[in-house]
Amino acid sequence: MSIMKLTASAVAIAAVSATAAAARDQVQVAGSSTVLPYASIVAELFGENTDYPTPVVESGGSSAGLKRFCEGVGENTIDVANASRAIREKEVAACADNGVTDIIEVRIGYDGIVFASQQSGPAFTAFEPTDIFNAIGAQVLVDGEIVDNPYNTWAEFNSELPDTEIAMFIPGTKHGTREVFEEKVLLIGCEETGAMQAMIDGGMSEDDAEDACLDVRQDGKSVDIDGDYTETLARIDANTNGIGVFGLAFYENNTDKLKVATMSGVSPSTETIASGEYPVSRPLFFYVKKAHIGVIPGLKEYAQFFVADEIAGPGGPLSNYGLVADPELAETQNMVANEDTMTSGM
Amino acid sequence: MTDATSTPGSATPRAHKATSLLTVDERTRRRNASEGRFKTYGIVAIAIALFFLVVLVVAILRSGLPAFTATVADVEITITQEEFDAAEGELFKTKAYEQLFIGKLQRQLSENGMQVEFDAAAIERIMGKVGGDIREFYRANPAQLGEPVSFQLSASSRVDGYFKGRVTREALQDSRFLQLSDLDLVDALEEAGIIRQSFNWTFIQGADSGVDNPGGAGIGASVVGSFFMMLVVLFLSLPIGVAASIYLEEFAPQNRWTDMIEVNISNLAAVPSIVFGILGLAVFIQFMHLPQSAPLVGGLVLTLMTLPTIIISTRASLKAVPPSIRDAALGVGASKMQAVFHHVLPLAMPGILTGTIIGLAQALGETAPLLLIGMVGFVARGYPDGIVSGFVDPNSAMPAQIYTWAARADAAFYEKAWGGIIILLLFLMTMNFIAIVLRRRFERRW
Repeated sequence: MSIMKLTASAVAIAAVSATAAAARDQVQVAGSSTVLPYASIVAELFGENTDYPTPVVESGGSSAGLKRFCEGVGENTIDVANASRAIREKEVAACADNGVTDIIEVRIGYDGIVFASQQSGPAFTAFEPTDIFNAIGAQVLVDGEIVDNPYNTWAEFNSELPDTEIAMFIPGTKHGTREVFEEKVLLIGCEETGAMQAMIDGGMSEDDAEDACLDVRQDGKSVDIDGDYTETLARIDANTNGIGVFGLAFYENNTDKLKVATMSGVSPSTETIASGEYPVSRPLFFYVKKAHIGVIPGLKEYAQFFVADEIAGPGGPLSNYGLVADPELAETQNMVANEDTMTSGM
Repeated sequence: MTDATSTPGSATPRAHKATSLLTVDERTRRRNASEGRFKTYGIVAIAIALFFLVVLVVAILRSGLPAFTATVADVEITITQEEFDAAEGELFKTKAYEQLFIGKLQRQLSENGMQVEFDAAAIERIMGKVGGDIREFYRANPAQLGEPVSFQLSASSRVDGYFKGRVTREALQDSRFLQLSDLDLVDALEEAGIIRQSFNWTFIQGADSGVDNPGGAGIGASVVGSFFMMLVVLFLSLPIGVAASIYLEEFAPQNRWTDMIEVNISNLAAVPSIVFGILGLAVFIQFMHLPQSAPLVGGLVLTLMTLPTIIISTRASLKAVPPSIRDAALGVGASKMQAVFHHVLPLAMPGILTGTIIGLAQALGETAPLLLIGMVGFVARGYPDGIVSGFVDPNSAMPAQIYTWAARADAAFYEKAWGGIIILLLFLMTMNFIAIVLRRRFERRW
């Protein structure tokens, strides 16, 4: 027993003295699972190419990451939040309440959102936003009337699509991807089918109609996926008729299993997304806590390394993995170099 | 039911004629048949369980074993001092080394009269991220600059998949990752003995790598992370758990307080592990300011999770020691404490150790609490520099690493996740084996 006691106390003492002595030497990042692959590539390269230790990058979703980011200033909070959408005003306010006032917003590039199905499945090759809305909207326009979604197969509303059961796997609400999906697909589809106008004519305010457009049917034909794209892929694998929503990079890594559909007649690729032809894309960001620059070694260097031409530019490892390079990267580089925060930058 | 009402020796004639025990009557036959049926159910149940076990093991081995081989290229190159200095002057140094390597390999292949047409881009596609390895080597061995050095470098994940049957010529679609014509070059290189399959030491020894570099990913660093966590769990939960159970079992008065404590310990054993993660985040990181992503905090959280298991099993094994042992010790004049520590505890030790090892094995396979304290994600710090940094530097743990890999886009990581499961299972089996050996060796029957 005495040996055990000795070792136990030795461990305890070592632990306490170590934590008292060791200030955090690595950059701590958390947030969007869409940005995670890019951040992990940069983190590995940052560790290999500089004398700073490899940053730690956690996942968990844009909202969860920003929430942790806004918890306060200090070594026990994260330095960088990855997000697949811009920070919301509500979140900026929450940050400010906790003393996180100076935030540097860094846009790293663009990501395309693609609609893909099993390689050997039915011929889902071309979609319009209206198709997606008719398939999974909670209420759709049928013969001039707003009704609860009656459709069971795709051919019922668009004879060009296969006559198979509707089964869509869409990102869950904690994902930043969901927001883009709603804004660039559901809402557009709702407007184009005339459902939105019909709702407004039916006495709804514009805001209520918009919310109603984003409601997704709850009868099992549309499934929210809260996990990663691998979960969506597994669901598609198990369901010949399934259509999944993926990031472009994920799809490009799995072209042997998935076939992609065009959206509004444009097939997704880094080129069509960069040119703005492919409609469903969104910018990716990370947010840096300015108060931590100079306290956490390597933080500013990490941010600068991330947006350097060699890394985030065309032909760099990030664009090679599927990120669409930002044409305004030079401005972002200047912003990071000058440590321009969101308010002072505006 | 006539049998039951008739009593032997009574005047009424028996319903059945008395027969030999050796001939089976209707009722016995029914009872035997029902016993037979029950045995069949049991065998079927065991067969189903075994079937699933076999399916599971086969699935794990089939998907996981390829992770233990890697496709590598043996290449001898020379890098001069000037080239080294130029590469070190770049921001993206590893890329510069990669370009150097690709240029040199291309020249070598052309000089050796490679029959297949190829360009630098093709070599870039079939080789993995090799710049990091080359830079690391020359930074550690600057004396080798200017001399030919033979490297063993990993091929890209798709070429690796081609060797393992994951990527086929039929299903391959030309992309910037790999083109059909590249496979001709790969075949030619294989014939020339440059590209081959070898045992994947990187997988055993390495740390995590970026999503575009599956060839560099290994589970070694997270094994070390798990090891340091288990040290914390062992050295905290064993003494605390054993002391608590000895007090509760042998010394504590029986009253409402101790009853409440006992009930709550049992309740704690059933608390979902993620709850301990939230507790760990709030207490250890936000309140006590312990470092994030550190095995020390992971160990503390898992200690909380393991304690109830250890307390419950320790109390059970203390209870199993016959009272006569205590009575005899007290009878010859031992104090209560002497009786416990000299006689009861040694006899209860096998049970305590078994419970502890089972608790540790459970903690070893736990991911959920680690999610909240920053040990799940991209944690690629490699091996710690020493004992203290092993506890406080960021590291991952085996199940967390497997979880991270399973979520990545490249199918090569999926294979590594299965490979990681094999390693994790090996550790769990070893721990269970130790538990069995300890029990066998020290078990005493009365």
